[in-house]
Amino acid sequence: MRSRIPILIGIILLPYCAAAQSSSLRFPQRLEAGTAFSTPSSGSGSGTLYVVGPGGVLRREIQLGDSIAFGAGDFPNAGHYTAILAAASSTQSSQFDVVPSKPARVSFLAKPSRLPVNRSQGISGVGYIFDRFGNLTLDPQPVSFALSDGSGRTQTQTTSSHHGVAWVRMNSAAKAGPATFQASVGNVREKRVVQQVPGDPCSIRITAHASGNRVVLQTDPIRDCSGNAVPDGTIVSFTETYLGSQSTVDVPIKRDVARTELPSRNGAVISVASGIVMGNEIHWKGGL
Amino acid sequence: MKRGTLLALFIALATVAMVIAGMLWPDVTGSGVPNAQAKLMGSATSPQGAVNNLLQLIARRDWQSAYSSLANKSEFSESEFTRDLIGNYGSLRTYATLDGFDIHPLRASSEAAQIRARLRWASVVGTFDDSRDLRVVRDGDRWQVEWPLVKEARVPPQVIPVNYLRWDVIYRGAEDDWGAQDVEAPHVRIVAMHPIDRAGGVVIMGEILNEDVVPAFVTVKATLLDTHGAALASEDSFDKISHILLPKQVSPFRIDFPNLSLSQIDSVRMQPFSTLVPASADPVIGIESQTLHPVPDSSLTGQLVNQSGQIVNVAHVIGTFYDHSGQIIWVADEYPSRALLPDSPVPFQIPLPADVSSKVGSYRVIASTFSSSRFQ
Repeated sequence: MRSRIPILIGIILLPYCAAAQSSSLRFPQRLEAGTAFSTPSSGSGSGTLYVVGPGGVLRREIQLGDSIAFGAGDFPNAGHYTAILAAASSTQSSQFDVVPSKPARVSFLAKPSRLPVNRSQGISGVGYIFDRFGNLTLDPQPVSFALSDGSGRTQTQTTSSHHGVAWVRMNSAAKAGPATFQASVGNVREKRVVQQVPGDPCSIRITAHASGNRVVLQTDPIRDCSGNAVPDGTIVSFTETYLGSQSTVDVPIKRDVARTELPSRNGAVISVASGIVMGNEIHWKGGL
Repeated sequence: MKRGTLLALFIALATVAMVIAGMLWPDVTGSGVPNAQAKLMGSATSPQGAVNNLLQLIARRDWQSAYSSLANKSEFSESEFTRDLIGNYGSLRTYATLDGFDIHPLRASSEAAQIRARLRWASVVGTFDDSRDLRVVRDGDRWQVEWPLVKEARVPPQVIPVNYLRWDVIYRGAEDDWGAQDVEAPHVRIVAMHPIDRAGGVVIMGEILNEDVVPAFVTVKATLLDTHGAALASEDSFDKISHILLPKQVSPFRIDFPNLSLSQIDSVRMQPFSTLVPASADPVIGIESQTLHPVPDSSLTGQLVNQSGQIVNVAHVIGTFYDHSGQIIWVADEYPSRALLPDSPVPFQIPLPADVSSKVGSYRVIASTFSSSRFQ
């Protein structure tokens, strides 16, 4: 409802605009949001000035002939404005544009926030450039994107914004860990953290030894194909098959290895897998 | 008129014959529905009556009277008897009620009888059966039941060191800039799906993999579409799935659509959903001695072994059954009624339809657990 008020006032003031085509009220044709300025008026007596813009309507009682001063906060919203000075003797009007001021903020969308290592073009960064009043800066601006991983290696790309938006795609690093993704326009910077996580295990190898009537199974440290340790908590499935019966256990990796115990059965076949990756098999000769 | 009279006469004679047959050769098996208002027979004058009385007392949770009526109460205490029936450590039995029972005499003499009692317990996750072979002995003019106590495992007081692994999550705050990304939902993938016609309905079965490095709460939604692409029905996986999946963990799922057939369906739209949730990597449950039994008792049996120090109050066992080509042909589950204590095996039995049992080439079993106030 609130946003309709300027439109309604604009409609009401349209006849005045039409009648005031020949009158002159000299506003700058183009000014930056947040700029203080003044403009002269002509005539005598008092009048009412209306300035209708995208964010609202400004109404001010003025003395004709005096200059009209506007503060820095009077026109914060970019867009097209119409000024109408209504007096008893005449009506004057002017039109002008308020454009965004210099970039003051970057809203930075970095996706995904977590992805596997070595993923080509896997990270996307989109920057929306705003001035200090939240106007989208439509003029092309050079935007720098930098992705720095834990080893200090940095990928950089600079691109120009189109209609206030700039975007890039980048590769995830080979080394797992948090990477800092930064977008900057001039001295305005915004940072996001992208977690680069290990991929699937490259191989899984288990060893076994007897412990009473149980067989203790343990994997070697599990790493992905780039050498990163597969995160703790990743499930490793052990399966023991023996004479048509089987025993299974899903074990989380702790401190790089998965460890468990199963019944010790002579001749049992023990296998291991994690997700879609299979490991080695053991033909157990010990046990009962 | 004449035919009607003959029919009436035949029905009357048949009824009289059946009444006489029932009196001469009574059905010695029986079933009971616990009734709080039912009067007990007092001193049981038959083995069946004694068992019936005992089970009615158990249904009323009148442990003291039930214990007092036993012939072998000197062999165990009342608390041991109660613990046998309702479990311990907040297990499924603790919150279950006896919903009904069947009794089947196995053999009888003038001094003793053997009766098989099948107790049906109702719990929040459905009913479960507890079958006991009861010996009933004569004591003068009355019969008393000898209760076959199943002693629940006890774990001696001890400290079990555990390398505890847990994920906690900090979500995006209300004050954050709209561009600030929230924590990413876990990446999950449906790795198998198989629809079948069964029992007058459609059953969608499959497997879902958490391919991320964080735990996920998962559900699967299936929508059946007709030839015009219109939705015929839509259902979520509910109980035949392990909702919490740790990294690289796979869960089966089964979604039932009653009163539909595959001939009505053109395609199925599958939608996996995942949410990042705090979770714990413990407890670890070993599923040992899994054995497939053919008909007539077609089922998969095994033992759950809690390899952690934490007591598991309720466990959920889900079995995925594959044919010889590796296709999923059935997903079934069971909730063992007893709590899982550290290193104390608890048996489970997943029933299998007879027609499925003969086709099973391989199977895979997973267990999810509930401990105190936390789902795992």
